[in-house]
Amino acid sequence: MKAAILLFPGLNRERDMARALRLVSGNDATIVWHAETALPAGTDLVVVPGGFSYGDYLRCGAIAARAPVMEAVRSHAAKGGLVLGVCNGFQILCEAGLLPGVLMRNQNRRFICRDVYLRVERADTPFTQGYRRRQTIRVPVAHGEGNYIADGETVARLEGEGRVLFRYCDPDGLIDPNWNHNGAMNAIAGILNESGNVLGMMPHPENHVEEIMGCTDGRGLFEGLADHLKRAA
Amino acid sequence: MKARVTVTLKTGVLDPQGKAIEGALKSLGIDGIASVRQGKVFDIEIEGTDRAAVEAALRQASDKLLANTVIENYRVEVLG
Repeated sequence: MKAAILLFPGLNRERDMARALRLVSGNDATIVWHAETALPAGTDLVVVPGGFSYGDYLRCGAIAARAPVMEAVRSHAAKGGLVLGVCNGFQILCEAGLLPGVLMRNQNRRFICRDVYLRVERADTPFTQGYRRRQTIRVPVAHGEGNYIADGETVARLEGEGRVLFRYCDPDGLIDPNWNHNGAMNAIAGILNESGNVLGMMPHPENHVEEIMGCTDGRGLFEGLADHLKRAA
Repeated sequence: MKARVTVTLKTGVLDPQGKAIEGALKSLGIDGIASVRQGKVFDIEIEGTDRAAVEAALRQASDKLLANTVIENYRVEVLG
């Protein structure tokens, strides 16, 4: 694994992400500043971590999505390279047009900081091969704008093409409006792009990777990625 | 030239902030408030004398950054 973690002013989760990646791969990720116009040679995974890029000015992720480094990310993705966006990273990927839809203010108008349960809808992708299909995992969220919205046609396509990878659910894996904390359409917590190499998700798997964190349910995502990249190498 | 770009949420897109403001206005006892939708206004000074060219530049600015056209509409007014 040769991961590049993007860094924009105002992001604050890049170190947690680097730690999670090192844990599963043994390799140090490179932190790449937003003004760069190229990714390090041989980058096989780009991660856009969470935080509050540019203070969430204008719209969450809007300014970061137009930064120079995003052109390099766009061409990396166009060549089939893997891209993972978490939280603000998901918002940035949507604003950049690498993923469809938009993350709106949470329906209850509150910043939500808590553990949530996610149902893993598919286990046959590089991002979820470390899980079982329909496995329920517990990971934290921390966001004010995580309410996924897209037009009806887009959501129908996402569903029809199996591009919803994670959905908010109850502890038993059942979809229940009471457990869809931010009001996202179809309880969507994470989606894939059309070619299956770009994932955006609101919850933070990197927060649940070591015993000391009280839960290791997030580790499967990174182990799956590391395994996929090792096989691909 | 001076111009104004107004960005508003498309009809049907839930606007929790507008709802909160609506509730606050109602609780202030202001009569007749039926609903509130929140938007954004950008007052922009831009070089150029050709209104059509300025308007075209601001449309580009709106499409590229000021508005997210998945959920928002925008209106460009060149004020002169």
